[in-house]
Amino acid sequence: MQKHDAVIIGAGPAGLNAAIALRKHDLNVLVIDEFPHLGGRLLGQLHEEPNGEWWNGIKEAEKLVNEAKALNTEMLTNVSVHHIQRKDGAFVVHTNRKNYEAKNVLIATGAAETANPIPGWTLPGVMTIGAAQVMTNVHRVRVGEKGIVIGVNVLAAAIARELLLAGIRLHSLALPINNAVTDEQSHPKMVMERLSRIAHLAPSPLLRFGGKFAKYKWAQNIAVSFYPKKGINMWDVPIHLRKAVKEINGTEQVESVTMVDITKDGEIIPGTEEEIPVDFVCIAGGLYPLAELAAVVGVPFKYVEPLGGHVPVHNEKMETPVEGVYVAGNITGIESAKVARAQGKVAGLSIAFRMKKDAAIQKEIEKAMDEVKTTRDNATIQFHPEIARGRDDIHAQFNKYLNG
Amino acid sequence: MKRNRIIEHPILDQLEERKTVTFQFDGKTLTGYERDTIASALLANGIRTLRRHEHSGAPRGIYCNIGHCFECRVTVNGTPNVRACITPIEENMIVESGKQLPSPLNPNNEHVPKTYREYMEMKDGEN
Repeated sequence: MQKHDAVIIGAGPAGLNAAIALRKHDLNVLVIDEFPHLGGRLLGQLHEEPNGEWWNGIKEAEKLVNEAKALNTEMLTNVSVHHIQRKDGAFVVHTNRKNYEAKNVLIATGAAETANPIPGWTLPGVMTIGAAQVMTNVHRVRVGEKGIVIGVNVLAAAIARELLLAGIRLHSLALPINNAVTDEQSHPKMVMERLSRIAHLAPSPLLRFGGKFAKYKWAQNIAVSFYPKKGINMWDVPIHLRKAVKEINGTEQVESVTMVDITKDGEIIPGTEEEIPVDFVCIAGGLYPLAELAAVVGVPFKYVEPLGGHVPVHNEKMETPVEGVYVAGNITGIESAKVARAQGKVAGLSIAFRMKKDAAIQKEIEKAMDEVKTTRDNATIQFHPEIARGRDDIHAQFNKYLNG
Repeated sequence: MKRNRIIEHPILDQLEERKTVTFQFDGKTLTGYERDTIASALLANGIRTLRRHEHSGAPRGIYCNIGHCFECRVTVNGTPNVRACITPIEENMIVESGKQLPSPLNPNNEHVPKTYREYMEMKDGEN
């Protein structure tokens, strides 16, 4: 069997940019993705940058794919990886098609959306906000006529805008009802605190609103206590922090939601039930690293809240404690596609260095690592205010493994 | 099929005219576009319910739309448990929705079979 220098799992911004870096060093690479199209979750992204230009993920993906193709990169779609096996100092990547052998593996599987279960959430017409994004911007199919978004966070705000751009109507963005799972996402004060700390970054009016209360906790408390009952409009859609969706109703599909007023601590105010007719519901629970494949190949994990959950231990060179296994992109922590792309380059170069031991590559790695930092500092979309601290945390954990 | 399509868009390119693909869903002949997934082609045709919960019979549709949650599993050309959200449609593809399965051994059923013959009779009765 042919042994690839590297198999890259995931054809998103991280995986593709890693492949480009590896091909530039003339190494033999195979990129695998289970989606029918290359580009990962770049496909569908669409937001306005502070300079007024649009970040169109489909075009960004095209650029990466074209560059990879020009370098004769082998790329497969519709192939799902379900296991990575260590064998004689190398790896066997198990897929639904066949097994591929590799000297190095880069796991760039991205993120998945956190489920926020609410009674009625299994009805057809209820989907994650990311599902609506892909239907709208990639497949160009309407998910419904008028819907509601459950969850108020960065991802919800960004994709709500995309739905509106496509001519889909939204009743509002509101919080999920408090339960054991929705936890802090259902808590007005915590949601406000999170929004206010990332507010300076993003162009959205919602986040600018939050930013006014950035510095002082008492100001956030007041903002939540006196939050307007009719919400605060963003692109003519109300954002509610004092209303929550208690239940999704329907028999064969979504027909309505039941909304209630909540106190500043997220408790239901009795007698405030209101039935809102909608034909679709988007649940926006945020993102977490999709990391199972790192687990099956034996990479240790650490829970780092600012990074979005359990992440495989790795260093700034995107190496894991398992020699030959690398990670890049959202599997290492939830950040923007631009950061993922920059991390991909680092990972690709790190693999190239392992294969060639060329000092010139070492220099390239250092430069690419700086690019990651610069990209992070200039990010217009940030998912967690403490991202830099989270990064330091996980890198320190890698050194512990190395020295311990 | 065009009714639910987003053709004009203020930022993205206009939806290009693509080759149409004909496929079957639960015996009905439908058309979608090349590059559609089963889920997107069905939604464009106004179909949201992709399966019935195996046990309860409750209707289910897409949830994550990118292959993670397995809510959209359907049978494609005889292969069960195929994810409709990441499988492209192909000409003459035969797609069947997931069905409720018989559960004769469920203790909540009024009649729990006492013998194998009773079990087989009940199973036949449900089908």
